[in-house]
Amino acid sequence: MLGNTDLTRLIFGRLTLDSIPYHEPILVGTFAVVVLGGLALLGALTYFKLWGYLWNEWLTSVDHKRIGIMYIVLAIVMLLRGFADALMMRAQQAMAFNGSEGFLPAHHYDQVFTAHGTIMIFFVAMPLIVGIMNIVVPLQIGARDVAFPFLNNFSFWMTAGGVILVMLSLFLGEFARTGWLAFPPLSDAANSPGVGVDYYIWGLQIAGVGTLLSGVNFLATIVKMRAPGMTMMRMPIFTWTALCTNVLIVASFPVLTAVLALLSLDRYVGTHFFTNDLGGNSMMYFNLIWIWGHPEVYILILPCFGVYSEVTSTFSGKRLFGYTSMVYATVVITILAYLVWLHHFFTMGNGASVNSFFGITTMIISIPTGAKIFNWLFTMYRGRVRFEVPMLWTIAFLVTFTIGGMTGVLLAVPPVDFVTHNSLFLVAHFHNVIIGGVLFGMFAAINYWFPKAFGFKLDPFWGKVSFWFWVVGFYFAFMPLYVLGLMGVTRRLREFDDPSLQIWFIVAAFGAVLIAAGIAAFLVQIFVSVRRRDELADTTGDPWDGRTLEWATSSPPPHYNFAFTPVVHGLDAYTDMKRRGFARPMEGFKPIHMPKNTGAGIFIAGLATVCGFAMIWYIWWLAALSFVALVAMTIAHTFNYDRDYYIPADEVAETEHAFAGTLTARS
Amino acid sequence: MHNVATTTGSDKPVFFEVEEHEHEPGGSTMLGFWIYLMSDCLIFAVLFATYGVLAGAYAAGPRPDEIFELPLLAANTAMLLFSSITYGFAMIAMQNRNKQAVLLWLVVTAVFGALFVGIELYEFASLIHEGATPQRSAFLSAFFTLVATHGLHVSFGILWMIVLMVQVQKRGLLADNRRRLMCLSMFWHFLDVIWIGVFTFVYLIRVI
Repeated sequence: MLGNTDLTRLIFGRLTLDSIPYHEPILVGTFAVVVLGGLALLGALTYFKLWGYLWNEWLTSVDHKRIGIMYIVLAIVMLLRGFADALMMRAQQAMAFNGSEGFLPAHHYDQVFTAHGTIMIFFVAMPLIVGIMNIVVPLQIGARDVAFPFLNNFSFWMTAGGVILVMLSLFLGEFARTGWLAFPPLSDAANSPGVGVDYYIWGLQIAGVGTLLSGVNFLATIVKMRAPGMTMMRMPIFTWTALCTNVLIVASFPVLTAVLALLSLDRYVGTHFFTNDLGGNSMMYFNLIWIWGHPEVYILILPCFGVYSEVTSTFSGKRLFGYTSMVYATVVITILAYLVWLHHFFTMGNGASVNSFFGITTMIISIPTGAKIFNWLFTMYRGRVRFEVPMLWTIAFLVTFTIGGMTGVLLAVPPVDFVTHNSLFLVAHFHNVIIGGVLFGMFAAINYWFPKAFGFKLDPFWGKVSFWFWVVGFYFAFMPLYVLGLMGVTRRLREFDDPSLQIWFIVAAFGAVLIAAGIAAFLVQIFVSVRRRDELADTTGDPWDGRTLEWATSSPPPHYNFAFTPVVHGLDAYTDMKRRGFARPMEGFKPIHMPKNTGAGIFIAGLATVCGFAMIWYIWWLAALSFVALVAMTIAHTFNYDRDYYIPADEVAETEHAFAGTLTARS
Repeated sequence: MHNVATTTGSDKPVFFEVEEHEHEPGGSTMLGFWIYLMSDCLIFAVLFATYGVLAGAYAAGPRPDEIFELPLLAANTAMLLFSSITYGFAMIAMQNRNKQAVLLWLVVTAVFGALFVGIELYEFASLIHEGATPQRSAFLSAFFTLVATHGLHVSFGILWMIVLMVQVQKRGLLADNRRRLMCLSMFWHFLDVIWIGVFTFVYLIRVI
């Protein structure tokens, strides 16, 4: 008997039949839906014989535009998961009054709020940002791809690997119950002995490698691959913000990697970095994780500032007001992002002097941000503003983000923070800036660049429906939390004693339902747009009278983006070309050198995911095996020297003449 | 549509590069690898900072001056510094397109690297044997993690070197292989620089 158990442990680690949460009806129901949906998808792919297409054209693609689209699809899927968590929390908190315990048991509720935060930041916001950068940056700088196309594909699959592990925790074992940053000592081996924190660690480590490599990739791309004539101060503002974001990624994700590695050592090896005994120091974890965590919020918001800049100037028909100040504001925010981390734990015994320093640096950040707000307003001033969907999101952002920014400055005052820390006021604040800043920005970006990526616009009616539900829903969902926070309600509570609070939670839950309608309308928008794609088609490549180079090529762009590399003479390069009557060269096409697709990325990332899974469940043999296989596979990949090919000049000529044909047909 | 000529030829600048110059493939690799090294440097920065915070947290366990053996450390440092010099010779041979010399110097470098890792493992084994394990105190956790992370990097570098030796042997000093040798060179010297930090701030400063 004993021998049998030992053998089972050797083979399966701590994975047993009890790891499957079949006694939790919510999870079983979700599992059933996922299985049925998954089977339907697989069936449809088989029935329509799409496997080959999917594999050859998408999964193994090194084309930055396709990788970008895959990132965004991944993010939208995860948005649904993260939002389902949000709805459950809102429902729980609206119900759990007057002795009712709501419908979520404590251990489940704790997983829900942890998963919500982790998923929304790492697997919704990050893939959206990286996806938009992928689609837009190479086009904006007139390049044919990123600097390292294979690495780009690999980065995507590492992100997907992290997603798989986090999703798996829903049906096998549990997720962390620690909150989204897994602070020790709660997250150490003694207090969280289960697999939850390990799912968290390995999910983030694997996705983090992908993000870091993306950062390296984009930095090299932006520095080395700009079109001739595009000096730094002629770069489109979105490219500038992407550059700064990638500086932040490269300079902060290693810290996350290191601190999670130290936490893993504490949990797996029994070291004493963050433990309460034998000299460990858990405050070090707080410092290190926030040295990553604070730049992370600027990683998310800076590209959105870039999006708003592009959108505002395009739809106002003017060049951006204060381009130079916008660039410097972005750079200043990039630097200040590293000088404020401590404001996340003012109350944890740093002393008055230290708190003052970090309080002041935090308040200073509002200066460049405020300058940006004025730049956008002055761009709109006396412009012919066209209220297309991306512009609507931008205006909603201006109002919403300003409110969020002001509550942020409030929280930056240490004495105020002593009163409001860890309260729903804080929760309202960061949702105010992340939804009002990042999410609104990404919806603006999706509506703005969708025609570039797919060749047809998104349906404006459903776009507006989605917009109004989202914005109104946001205010209903989060303004009550400000009130509750000021009344002293702390975050992450599962049930309440004071019945007078319930009405605020009901209003907030109503807001969440409105947001749900907004998300549904967004999905309908995509569906309707695909149905009406002929009416919404963009044959010019320039549906919005754009100002930057991505609009100078067809929609969707050919594999090689530009048959001839554009030459840049000033800011807003494409506006300049249009104003001065540019002509596309229609002969003298040359073969174009392009990277080949490869399946290596998906296999290596797959092995990394298996290795992570084995480590989570203590299946040591599988961890060792998959790690060795991963190294072997990587080495084997380096023996492949045949990684590129030429698109023949005839094919280029054919593509370009076809595009020119549609252009003349229109005019 | 847009290409109706409204201006004279003279003030219409060139908007497309019709005569494309061939970009050297992998032209961004050096910059990209350098950026990667800087991010790796930050991982070490975190480990150094952690060691700095925990260096006095002995928890009534062994102290640095009781466990560090400077003669062993001197030998170890010499191994790594020699390996950096010999890698430099490999790069000179590469510039001269002398494949056999490149391979020879890579072998010498890898042997020095392996000796370094070997001595480090011996040091770890004797520390653990004396009861100075990573689990004993926060100081030892930080010490082992910092030094072993460096050691892991060196081991990975040796594996990479072996793979490159095979590739140079099979395909010669192609542009691709020369680029890879350059990257490994940066990696190897970077580890040397990190070791100088470890040597100074972990060992010397605690013993003197």
